Amino acid sequence: MASDAPTTDRPGAASALAVGRVIDGFQLEERVHQGGMANLWRVRHPQHAEPMLMKVPRLRPGEDPATIVGFEVEQMILPTLSGPHVPRFIGRGDFTQQPYLVMECIDGPNLAPRAADAPLALDEVTELGARIAAALHDLHRQHVIHLDLKPENVLMRRDGSAVLVDFGLSRHDALPDLLAEEFRQPMGSWPYIAPEQVQFVRSDPRSDLFALGVMLYQFTTGELPFGEPRSMRALKRRLHVDPAPPRALRADCPPWLQEVILRCLEVDPARRWPTAAQLALALEDPRQLPLSAHAQRRRASGWLARLRRRYFQLGQPATPPRGARVQAVKNPIILAAVDISDAGADLAAQVREMVRRIVVTEHGARLACVSVLKTGLLTLDDYEDAQGANRQVQQLAALKHWARPISKALNLDEGRLTFHVLESSDPAAALIDFAHRNGVDQIVMGARGHGPVRRYLGSVSSQVVAQAPCTVTVVRV
Amino acid sequence: MRIALLTDLHANREALEAVLRHAAGERIDRYALLGDFVGYGADPAWVVERARAMARDGALVVQGNHDEAVVRGSRPSMRSDARHSIDWTRERLDSGQLAFLAALPLTQRDGALLFVHANAWDPAQWSYIETRHDAVRSLHATDSRYTFCGHMHEPMLYHLSGTGKAGEFKPTPGVAIPVASHRQWLVIPGSVGQPRDNNPAACYAVFDQERAELIYQRVAYDHDTAAAKVRAAGLPQALAERLHDGV
Repeated sequence: MASDAPTTDRPGAASALAVGRVIDGFQLEERVHQGGMANLWRVRHPQHAEPMLMKVPRLRPGEDPATIVGFEVEQMILPTLSGPHVPRFIGRGDFTQQPYLVMECIDGPNLAPRAADAPLALDEVTELGARIAAALHDLHRQHVIHLDLKPENVLMRRDGSAVLVDFGLSRHDALPDLLAEEFRQPMGSWPYIAPEQVQFVRSDPRSDLFALGVMLYQFTTGELPFGEPRSMRALKRRLHVDPAPPRALRADCPPWLQEVILRCLEVDPARRWPTAAQLALALEDPRQLPLSAHAQRRRASGWLARLRRRYFQLGQPATPPRGARVQAVKNPIILAAVDISDAGADLAAQVREMVRRIVVTEHGARLACVSVLKTGLLTLDDYEDAQGANRQVQQLAALKHWARPISKALNLDEGRLTFHVLESSDPAAALIDFAHRNGVDQIVMGARGHGPVRRYLGSVSSQVVAQAPCTVTVVRV
Repeated sequence: MRIALLTDLHANREALEAVLRHAAGERIDRYALLGDFVGYGADPAWVVERARAMARDGALVVQGNHDEAVVRGSRPSMRSDARHSIDWTRERLDSGQLAFLAALPLTQRDGALLFVHANAWDPAQWSYIETRHDAVRSLHATDSRYTFCGHMHEPMLYHLSGTGKAGEFKPTPGVAIPVASHRQWLVIPGSVGQPRDNNPAACYAVFDQERAELIYQRVAYDHDTAAAKVRAAGLPQALAERLHDGV
């Protein structure tokens, strides 16, 4: 395979890898990691300027077949992925010669050191949670469930975004699952895997939300909610024993954060967050999070709750998982951009009607009602600041009033509906940014008429249509 | 080498035309036709003639059980509808077309690739591959890395690892599936002329040998016309109906 190799290539001679060897034009520069499953090498290539890593599986006789099949799975899945939340795929070598995978080298650390430093500041916990959730949602939308999420497998880029690595146990909706038949033991890192993974279910994207819940618990409290199980018996405890609530371990953990974490750790996937995007949105604006009994708990639950948890495990058929992509798409986040100030009542009503139709069709839909308060470009003084706060409150009240017919008629429980007043001198940019940060699936907004306002200001909706990262529905009267 | 895999055409001209139109845009180097050119549909002569032309142009062709039955002709011991169907088809084929079907081999090999209508363990007996167990039996019967077969009308993919672990997979149309050659693969593209997985669109698949990738495709076609021809030919109503629903 290697054309210009200075050293001899023997097919399958994984142990013969050494600095200077060239494989398909990739020159090995330094071994940066020696793992149980694979070694990582820094490599360079005349046609690629960027820093790259080559992952080479360890293929010694008598080794766990998981090593090899896991590597095969990663070779299958990584090339199908794109975007900022995964390392970019560059090349691969097949199993008949020298198997390898070359990918972008991410310029940031993984989260294992942060996990070791936990408990972390609460701001950092929520920030990390939102970043990882955004990365997970992007992955799920690309048909892939990670299934081995843990601090070691999350890297942070310098710009703060999260990158997910190691797809050796992952599952792609539309590709054969080579791992399904391979093993008799639950796969994954036992402290982090979801109850359904313990039961060999590999098709529910909400398994990743459970693992993220374990990480958030760990970041918040410095403890693992289910410890580090060493036996199947210990592993199965998570099916019927609730973890101690984070607030029992950390007094300053706010109720809403406990709510978020314990909802991730529900044993029934249907009771967790429906999507990673909805989890990210909750972390983005926790003040509006409706709190359940979860939020207030101070002690681990008693025998009754354990019984309930166990009952779920034994008797109740879980809703069959729908695969990563479908789960993400069927629980969309809808952004209703409401122009309270200058739109006519007819247009606002029409936007509401359009939103109603969408939310009626998709029962999993999550509605975020947003309006933008236009601010000047200059810094506000104290007087204007007070005025501004006042305008915020008024705007929020108007927004809630606008939504009243939908929230009443559709029985939107509070968790599915939130209100956001943004302040910006550029309404279109504020909406686009909100949609981007919160993984919004669809924006519904009105188009201003052809009056003088539009002539001077330009059309907000056309800018949103052009630049938003999602579907945009523009309503006209 | 990109190979288009078409099977179970079943005298359905509209479906075959639509599939060939689709495949024309897929940079196909070679066609493989996995048998059952006749039976059920109303255009046996047109379909067989087209297959003959493709064979002359280098297509790999194998015989299916319906082709064999038509070549042999009906016998008094057969059920009346089977007898009628065979007689009806024979009347519409000329001697050259019958000779073409009669001369088809049961299997074809091309390096690591095996083409067969029903299975690899006993191609002449026409047993179906309905379970993973059947698939493993077929994969054990050959040293070919890739087996392509028809007979089953639903698209399916089976694989067998070096350690004896087998798996099965219902493919998603249009998705490139990596099929590395260190495993054995059994590829069932699904029927062109009579799909049966509740989707009336015609099935076929494309195998890219260099990239070791497989793509299953579904092609919508004018099944109203195909069904109308079945009715007009006086063939059983049910054969027309099932084309609408893909059952």
